[in-house]
Amino acid sequence: MSTPDEKAPIDPLDEAALDAAVKAALDDIAKAGDLDALKAVRTQHTGDRSSLALANRGIGALPGPDKAKAGKLVGPRRGQINQAIAARQTELEAERDARVLAEEAVDVTLPVQRATVGARHPIELVQERVADFFVGLGWEIADGPEVEAEWFNFDALNFGPDHPARQMQDTFYVAGDGDSESNLVLRTHTSPVQARSLLERGVPLYIACPGKTFRTDALDQTHTPVFHQVEGLAVDKGLTMANLVGTLDAFARAMFGPEAKTRLRPAFFPFTEPSAEMDLWFPQKKGGAGWIEWGGCGMVNPNVLRAAGVDPEEYSGFAFGMGIERTLMLRHSIADMHDIVEGDVRFSTQFGTEI
Amino acid sequence: MPLIVKDWLADHVEVPADLTAEQLAADLVKVGLEEEAIHGAAVTGPLVVGRVLEMHPEPQKNGKTINWCQVDVGPEHNIEGSRGIVCGAHNFAPGDLVAVALPGTVLPGPFPIAARKTYGHVSDGMICSTAELGLGDDGAHGIIVLPRDMGFAAEDLTPGQDAIALLGLGEEVLEINVTPDRGYAFSYRGVAREYAHSTGAKFTDRGLATGAEPSATPDGFEVLVQDDAPINGVVGCDRFVTRIVRGIDPTAPTPEWMKHRLEGSGMRSISLAVDVTNYVMLDLGQPLHAYDLAKVSAPIVVRRATDGERLTTLDDADRALDTEDLLITDSPKGAGSRVLGLAGVMGGASSEVSDATTDVLVEAAHFDQITVARTARRHKLPSEAAKRFERGVDPLLPPVAAQRVVDLLVELGGGTADAAVSDLDTIAEAGPQKPILLKVTEPTRLSGVEYTPEQVRSTLEEIGATVESSSVAEPVEVLVVTPPTWRPDLTEPADLVEEVVRIQGYDQVPSVLPAALGGRGLTTEQRTRRSVARALAEDGFVETLSYPFVGAAEYDALGLPADDPRRGSLRLLNPMADDKPLLRSNLLVTLLDTVRRNVSRGLSDLAVYEIGLVTLPAADAPAAPSLPGGVRPTDEQLAALAAAVPDQPRRVAGVLTGKRELAGWWGAGRAAGWEDALAAARLVAERAQAEVVVVPDPDRMPWHPGRCARLELTDGTVVGHAGELHPKVVETLGLPARAAAFEVDLSVLVDAASGEPVVATPVSAFPAAKEDFAFVVDGDVPAEAVRSAIVAGAGELLEDVALFDVFTGEQVGEGKKSLAYSLRLRAADRTLSAKEVRAVRDAVVESAATKIGAVLRG
Repeated sequence: MSTPDEKAPIDPLDEAALDAAVKAALDDIAKAGDLDALKAVRTQHTGDRSSLALANRGIGALPGPDKAKAGKLVGPRRGQINQAIAARQTELEAERDARVLAEEAVDVTLPVQRATVGARHPIELVQERVADFFVGLGWEIADGPEVEAEWFNFDALNFGPDHPARQMQDTFYVAGDGDSESNLVLRTHTSPVQARSLLERGVPLYIACPGKTFRTDALDQTHTPVFHQVEGLAVDKGLTMANLVGTLDAFARAMFGPEAKTRLRPAFFPFTEPSAEMDLWFPQKKGGAGWIEWGGCGMVNPNVLRAAGVDPEEYSGFAFGMGIERTLMLRHSIADMHDIVEGDVRFSTQFGTEI
Repeated sequence: MPLIVKDWLADHVEVPADLTAEQLAADLVKVGLEEEAIHGAAVTGPLVVGRVLEMHPEPQKNGKTINWCQVDVGPEHNIEGSRGIVCGAHNFAPGDLVAVALPGTVLPGPFPIAARKTYGHVSDGMICSTAELGLGDDGAHGIIVLPRDMGFAAEDLTPGQDAIALLGLGEEVLEINVTPDRGYAFSYRGVAREYAHSTGAKFTDRGLATGAEPSATPDGFEVLVQDDAPINGVVGCDRFVTRIVRGIDPTAPTPEWMKHRLEGSGMRSISLAVDVTNYVMLDLGQPLHAYDLAKVSAPIVVRRATDGERLTTLDDADRALDTEDLLITDSPKGAGSRVLGLAGVMGGASSEVSDATTDVLVEAAHFDQITVARTARRHKLPSEAAKRFERGVDPLLPPVAAQRVVDLLVELGGGTADAAVSDLDTIAEAGPQKPILLKVTEPTRLSGVEYTPEQVRSTLEEIGATVESSSVAEPVEVLVVTPPTWRPDLTEPADLVEEVVRIQGYDQVPSVLPAALGGRGLTTEQRTRRSVARALAEDGFVETLSYPFVGAAEYDALGLPADDPRRGSLRLLNPMADDKPLLRSNLLVTLLDTVRRNVSRGLSDLAVYEIGLVTLPAADAPAAPSLPGGVRPTDEQLAALAAAVPDQPRRVAGVLTGKRELAGWWGAGRAAGWEDALAAARLVAERAQAEVVVVPDPDRMPWHPGRCARLELTDGTVVGHAGELHPKVVETLGLPARAAAFEVDLSVLVDAASGEPVVATPVSAFPAAKEDFAFVVDGDVPAEAVRSAIVAGAGELLEDVALFDVFTGEQVGEGKKSLAYSLRLRAADRTLSAKEVRAVRDAVVESAATKIGAVLRG
């Protein structure tokens, strides 16, 4: 590094010497390889003891006319050096930043999940989706007990004690005290919520009830003793089967897409009259689009309305029920019920928190 | 469920000759008779009529003689005028017309026929026997000679003719499902009527009286109904017709056509008399019974069983009878002294017709649906008769059906109809059938389809109802509808509406989305449930569902003491597994089973949860009242129902095992512990917006006595528990060490939440002052006590307090610990002065010293 002799200050009027000092400074600035070197250069060429600083200080001692002249010679030259330093500073900082950032690079393909990832059970998610659909229609969601009085599960729904249909359902019965009967069952369908809601809320009524139900079927690929249904019930003045069909069509579209529709076939349920089996047009059916059974439905039997103190001459209503497991299995191509009921976390994890 | 043989159906209704089982199924499902299955064709391929031209017996070394035959199987199939076939049977002769299965035929088995070398010849097909064609396993028949054995006229048969159609072997058979309201569809008569409804085909009702049925005669076989215990006031038998046919040839076979129809309908051929009663039952729907007249002593008495009576039924089961069972008895030692059978369910062995029976007493009766249903259920005898009676049988059928049986026994068995007839008939005594009053607009009101009054009327007439207009002037025309006698299910206007809509077609109903009233959205409980479920999932827990069935062993595994109230579970009478008859009283007991399954599948870093109901029966809960349907219970009755249904709160439980933070390139991870379970439980409470406090609980299995927190509401109500599981429980269940769990009651939390909107506190923008403290306290002072003391001392300027270090060691002294807290202080309206901060600091130290003896660490 060429250093002007500090002990031989430059004459502020010596233009050549000033230029030489500027050139020496610019050379050093250009040569400064890093910010530390530049810092030393800055001290050397702009510090209090630098040639130009000393020259600048010398201006004060000059006579009047020379003062101005020297000022015009020294000032811009000092400015030129400062600018060069600033420019180099920016350059070197950019270089340093680029280097540091490059050095800090990581392998972003490393695994980053430190906690186990959670998930909802899809049976619950389907029920929430179903509930959202009906809430969207302006219906409300009702809940009911799983251990239920036989009256709500059967009698209120027009299953008399000797009704053959009461035997068709494979019911879990609850033991009573000693020899007496408890008259309690595990609800075989979500339909008891019909009677409960009518009694508790009165009419007009628009409710859906997703929930757990029980029948004594052994677990296999398509059956499970503990399963889920959604029940729908609307009771109002002037409701018709056409309204039932309209509701089912809208529900089918919400669950299975715009091409879905439903079809009714005559059937028998004690709590509806007329009754129907409901088929769903399922575009994704294996082997080509077609009809598949989705649930049962009908117009609420007058005896059900009477059991809830509603006049069937004045009010009419419709009800329907379908299996949540079946809906889930259809929507998501699930072949085996075991996956749904066993609680293996790998099953739920596929679905995340939304379906 | 019934199988429908097409040509039998054609006896009642016109069916197209080319009607397939699929088409029949499609036609019937439209009116509500659902397809159960379509059973495949019995025989496929070239089964043809053949004429035996030559027959050369060839004795074999094994002592057997085979016949080397040349058979004319028609020009289409003959090779040089015939085919050579080896046959082992001898009950035919040259010139006979037989059924030949040519190579390519598949016989029932399935048994494919191919040309094969045997006994020195190439046998190019098979001459068939009844057994080989699946026409019954009676080997005695040997080879079928079509005119001799099947009753065909030889002139109608030509070699080469398709024998599958001829013998009805190619027919696919439809099996339908009959719903409980339509007993009449358990007959060809009923199915044919429905087919007519669906297609408009011409239907002939063969179940109506023709006038040929004789009336009762004074010398008819005496029958008495002595029902001293009618169920629901309904006498068990209101019609009992008997007929007698004498001189039947006991060896007379059932004709092939009848056997074919019976077998096609899924019924075994037994003997002529039994086959005829079964045939008429399937045809018309009237269950019948044939007694050996010689074994029955007049009078027949229909009565309820007495205590201790027994009967050996036709299925050889010796049964103890119930006093509710309705019996057919006869009177060898006084009236009703011997039990002949269970009325409408099954006959007894003693009066069964045998291969020596020549005189037959025919019973055609009508029994109460409920009586039969209960007896069939009680004795687990869902017989063909019971299936029909419990669903309802046309009470006008008995004389018609009895006449058909008599006619067939005379015609096929060579018997003579006895002039003596009995017909006990009390139906008329019950008064005329009560008609249903139907507003002609009712079908439209309920269906939304505009039916004309004429459509309503004609549809009801079509199903067999008589329809008259009400004489009373009403604003809307009212129809007086008397349903047909075979439709006991039609009792209400709504039933008639279904008939109108069904026959007119459900596909006529338009699709109209109704406008609901507008609801209030989800309830607080429903929203909280979602919020909790979601929060846990976002926190790394996986939701699972488990069956609520447990047994004592599961409670033992949790280490529950013998007197723990959680053992007082509700018990099922008919559990899926005998060792799990109880309904869970807590969620963990079944969730832990889910955990074990996952662990056994190699998934040991687990965080799982379940939300579900548990059942908490009250110790002395009353039984639920038995109440009738169709009537609103009184408020008292509803209260009694409510009191009997056990409390079923919704709970949330979770279990953690293995690592909470996984091992990885960042380090060893962190094992799940009691604190994770507690944090999750607190998260649940927080999402439920309920304020809870935590206290140690050293006595709550299945938790570790030193690592269990009880969560309580501020009023002391227990919300749940969280912490590490007891090491014994972990060991018993084979879980990874230090597994942790929580269970909290969501219903309690939801009830505890005020539900009132949060009143917002303004956010202060003034600077905060931070103050740190380290307090030395006795080792057994809970951190919560220290925190409370700090909070109490700091007053309203305290914004946040956080414990950032816990330290034990020599520096703090034996039996002591140091807890370091960081406090953030802030005022709503000013910057705190040094003096104010100092004052807070002094107050905190003072409070900690007086409340818990804490010493500020220097």
